[in-house]
Amino acid sequence: MKTKILTGTHYMLGDHACAEGAIAAGCRFFAGYPITPSTEIAEWIARRLPKFGGVYIQMEDELASMAAIIGASCGGLKSMTATSGPGMSLMMENIGLAVMLEVPCVIVNVQRGAPSTGLPTLVGQGDVMQAKWGSHGDYEIVAYAPNSCQEMFDLTVEAFNTAEKYRIPVIILADEAVGHLREKVVIPDEKEIKIVEREKPDVSPEEYLPYKGDGNLVPKMALAGEGYFVHMTGLTHDERGYPDITGEAHERLVRRLIDKIQKNKEKIIKYEEIETDDAEILLVSYGITARSSLKAVQILRKEGIKAGLFRLITIWPFPYERIEELSRKVSKIIVPEINSGQIKGEVLKAIKSNLPVVGVNKLGGDLITPYEIIEKVKEK
Amino acid sequence: MKVEIKKEKEVKHHLSKWIREDRWPHIWCSGCGIGIAMSSMLYAFEELNLDPKEIAIVSGIGCSGRVAGYVKVDSYHTTHGRAIPFAIGLKIAKPNMKVIVFSGDGDLISIGGNHFIHAARRNFDLICICVNNFNYGMTGGQFGPTTPHEAITTTTPYGNFEYPFNLPYLAASAGATFVARWTVLHPYYLRQSIKKALRRKGFSFIEVISPCPTGFGRPNKIGEAIDEMKYYKEKSVIKNRVDPKEAELSFRGGNIIVGEFVEIEKPSYIEILKENLEKIKEV
Repeated sequence: MKTKILTGTHYMLGDHACAEGAIAAGCRFFAGYPITPSTEIAEWIARRLPKFGGVYIQMEDELASMAAIIGASCGGLKSMTATSGPGMSLMMENIGLAVMLEVPCVIVNVQRGAPSTGLPTLVGQGDVMQAKWGSHGDYEIVAYAPNSCQEMFDLTVEAFNTAEKYRIPVIILADEAVGHLREKVVIPDEKEIKIVEREKPDVSPEEYLPYKGDGNLVPKMALAGEGYFVHMTGLTHDERGYPDITGEAHERLVRRLIDKIQKNKEKIIKYEEIETDDAEILLVSYGITARSSLKAVQILRKEGIKAGLFRLITIWPFPYERIEELSRKVSKIIVPEINSGQIKGEVLKAIKSNLPVVGVNKLGGDLITPYEIIEKVKEK
Repeated sequence: MKVEIKKEKEVKHHLSKWIREDRWPHIWCSGCGIGIAMSSMLYAFEELNLDPKEIAIVSGIGCSGRVAGYVKVDSYHTTHGRAIPFAIGLKIAKPNMKVIVFSGDGDLISIGGNHFIHAARRNFDLICICVNNFNYGMTGGQFGPTTPHEAITTTTPYGNFEYPFNLPYLAASAGATFVARWTVLHPYYLRQSIKKALRRKGFSFIEVISPCPTGFGRPNKIGEAIDEMKYYKEKSVIKNRVDPKEAELSFRGGNIIVGEFVEIEKPSYIEILKENLEKIKEV
């Protein structure tokens, strides 16, 4: 009997939901290196994936894991790795390679308190900027910030689809609290899960230009062994994939890599708005902290204070335009996050007025409570 | 009698089907041995009558890493030191392809050293060709983990006081099941070893000693490119089956032991993986 994904309602760990989401999305290769608090993803995958004919390989380190998933994706396997902050740092060079080679893959970072070894078992949201700027050079990235076990499943599926659609590495920027949370997860029937596959070339090998992004800017992808004899290089390259390290070639290539995300950002960006229609105080939050923010909004509303929540689901690309629109209707923006103010900076970038933007920031590896947020809202 | 002379443009090299001719000329310096190592590999493909579709080449960074871009098969020029793990992913996705890692000593043994020993330990199905020219050629001749003791490089101006790796010994002790060393002055033997590696499973490691007249020959006063070639040729002694520990590679005065040192049968990673996947499915 064919092994099936766990359709139905489950009481599940966030990390496990992420792993099952990957399997549901068609992931058939996972290369990783164990690190707290992401390890349960690897453990779940190691147990479940072989039953689907997929391969779990525990590499010697994170650099190898990231390189391996790119290689496997070039061979046609949907691939993923999962790690936490220190491991994410080690993956950065090859995340840049995935951007440059335009190879779809998914990287999960279950964030912990940092920098360095920091707080391995405690929550943090300090890798927001690393997700966007961690690798060298100019590029755009897509990163999702799940706030529940359900989203650990759903956004993992979404991450694979986005990766395939745009030929990009996609990051799931989870946090320890969501990864280690246990709650209800509803997994739909296999047939109901929308799966996107990368587009394959429809021309002969002689006519095929592996890096020509027509129309939607995303080139079609030939796999190893199909007779297209692709050459992929991390060097700046032309449409044939051949090294061309002129300024013009670099401008053309890097501009397209940026544009394929920037020009499609309306389709990529996801957020949730709660009680923002008449809000006077706007909370901008994400991940586990968005749950405290929601509670804060509910309490404030009961007290007659018109608060609303803007929850980021994609952190990158960032919804500057929508936040700017909302900023025109409110008197204050509060940004709770478990770091020293990384997203607060983006909110400041978004708004055009001198509206007060106040961070609620914590660095101790602890969650931000609704009351700590409320306190800031009420602060004069 | 009418003699028909073939027009020059119609004459094609018999290896040209393996080359991306539109990328010619290559970047290598005159006197460099990488081209010989590459053509030995292409001859091996040709003589085994391989289909280009069944071959993939993965390389890292540096002069030897450029081979991936010149050979007309699926080829991947990746990041410094990570050719082996990239190739591992590719081979798992395409187990029927012959995946060759072609890179230099700095790439595979220094920055990629950890991946190298673990791929050997796993007896992972890769053909790993390492062009060893004793220095970081492309970066401008700095020392690396294979630079001979006392050799002069741009970053060892007073002589290298470190000791180098013996690569066949390293590969064999980590678990490689086929280990050979040749110089580019042994193209026939090199080709035979590459052919052997292409026909077998598991981790095959072939070290190819190559002159680097620009980066290594000049500061060490070896002379012209041809002199470096002659030096390696004269110092080479073929000793097949010798314990890799005894496979001497000395720079001043001593010998360069070449040959096929290790050839053992042991289930490879892909074989065990397939067996395991079958077993797990049955559970």
